[in-house]
Amino acid sequence: MTESTSTRLTAASHESQNDPMVRAEQVRKSFGRLEVLKGVDLTIGRGEVVCMVGPSGSGKSTFLRCINHLERVDGGRLWVDGQVVGYEQRGNKLHELADKEICKRRGQIGMVFQHFNLFPHMTVLENLIEAPRLALKQPKADVTLRALSLLEQVGLADKRSAYPRHLSGGQQQRVAIARALCMQPKLMLFDEPTSALDPELVGDVLAVMRDLASSGMTMAVVTHEMSFAREVADRVVFFDAGQVVEEGPASQVINDPQHERTRAFLRAVR
Amino acid sequence: MTADLRRSSEGLSPSPAPGEDLTVVPKRHPGRWVAAAVVVLIGVALLRSVVGNERFQWDVVNLYLRDVSVAQGLWLTIWLTAVCMVVGVVLGIVLAVMRISANPVIRSGAFGYVSFFRGTPLLVQLLFWYNLAALYPVITLGLPGIHLDANQLITPLTAAILGLGLNEAAYMSEIVRAGIISVDHGQQEAAGALGLTRSQTMRRVILPQAMRVIIPPTGNETIGMLKMTSLVSVLAVPDLLYSAQIIYNRTFQPIPLLIVASIWYLVVTTLLTIGQFYVERHFARGNKVLPPTPLQRLRALLATHTPLAKGDLS
Repeated sequence: MTESTSTRLTAASHESQNDPMVRAEQVRKSFGRLEVLKGVDLTIGRGEVVCMVGPSGSGKSTFLRCINHLERVDGGRLWVDGQVVGYEQRGNKLHELADKEICKRRGQIGMVFQHFNLFPHMTVLENLIEAPRLALKQPKADVTLRALSLLEQVGLADKRSAYPRHLSGGQQQRVAIARALCMQPKLMLFDEPTSALDPELVGDVLAVMRDLASSGMTMAVVTHEMSFAREVADRVVFFDAGQVVEEGPASQVINDPQHERTRAFLRAVR
Repeated sequence: MTADLRRSSEGLSPSPAPGEDLTVVPKRHPGRWVAAAVVVLIGVALLRSVVGNERFQWDVVNLYLRDVSVAQGLWLTIWLTAVCMVVGVVLGIVLAVMRISANPVIRSGAFGYVSFFRGTPLLVQLLFWYNLAALYPVITLGLPGIHLDANQLITPLTAAILGLGLNEAAYMSEIVRAGIISVDHGQQEAAGALGLTRSQTMRRVILPQAMRVIIPPTGNETIGMLKMTSLVSVLAVPDLLYSAQIIYNRTFQPIPLLIVASIWYLVVTTLLTIGQFYVERHFARGNKVLPPTPLQRLRALLATHTPLAKGDLS
């Protein structure tokens, strides 16, 4: 096999089961003179659910956005599914990816935002089928079938023709999750998915996320919902001042934190 | 003091027993009635002075309103407006996207274009395009094999389209840019996270939402363009105004023919305004409760007013 064909096949062959889904080594990120990530080391295994907690401004959201290259990493290394984020390794050189290739990789990672960010000029169903049709070039009929079954899963099958503004926050966030899943991602990122919701609407969204976790999806969740983290997360990672201060099984980090900063934070959110 | 207090407390009506019906007396607006009467009065006086004044030569107006050369001029005006707006909108979108580019050279190029075409009078630009052959007798576009005679290429009509279209693009680019900026940044992030490319995001997510902001001023621009095309009469392009001018230069009846032209301009701008209303409704979908169309409003008016009993409305 020639060199060029082997690189073209990397997308499939990289998915060796030994690689973790996400691996970060000393990841750094600055906005102007403000250093937001000061060397983050973190690994997320396949099928693992990791909750990232910590005070606001601790860099957990920024780290999440680095994973799908919405933010560019300034230093350190970050791998997703065995590939360096934003680059392609050929020999011992890293080549920055063309926009098209970056978009293709982003499409394999689903992301759910704090403010839902549904497309307001499209109906619920149109929101779901837009990206698979444009980015994956899949036929409309197939995508629509998949979209309808996803809407069924999140309990909103009857809202397919509604516009986002006619839905409650909790319903919008469930549509946003279905929209991300419609791309059939291998990894899901959640950026404070329940922080903008009225308290009584949080439960429905968390229930959908719980189902997703039990279906074996790899999930990275930035959240302040400690009960969700305790119940669903395989691992909890505590961020503070741009670094991972403490990580471990959910029950251990939340019930028996080792670090003083973790203890102070958990006292404050309880 | 005490006497006053007593009197006023005596004047108070006893509070009604629960369940008792009270008559509601709506507030009166005498000032509004007077103002409305004044407006009507002025309107009637104005109309009478215009209709009754023989010097307006309404019979001549009536005669030329359906004149063939006026109709041809009207058609050219409409056609020219459409072409120039298409040039303006397409180039305006390109310029607006250039203005938000990450590359400073592209950004300043667009900025320079907008400054130049907004900063010089349209009439001067039209005359420059008309006289382009004086500056560049032969147009090669810098390419081998291309050798065009500017005098033949730049007819008065091409000069008109270039002048009006390129000028419009400068204004449209600012309108489109305002529309793009008005769309929440989260939309771009969500589209990007779903794997859409930048141009797909622009076409499918950003521009359709920006339309809500872009359409109303674009309607204004179209109506403005319709009237601005009358400037091409200086290039001897037979538009609506110039056609009327040709006729009155022959018949020495400028006033009635200018009225004929004005009536047609008014008719077309009215039609454009109606069209704008429906285009705005189309792009408002999903964003707000749509305002009712005039027909729906009429129906609602009839529906609410017929069942009311006499005396319910004062």
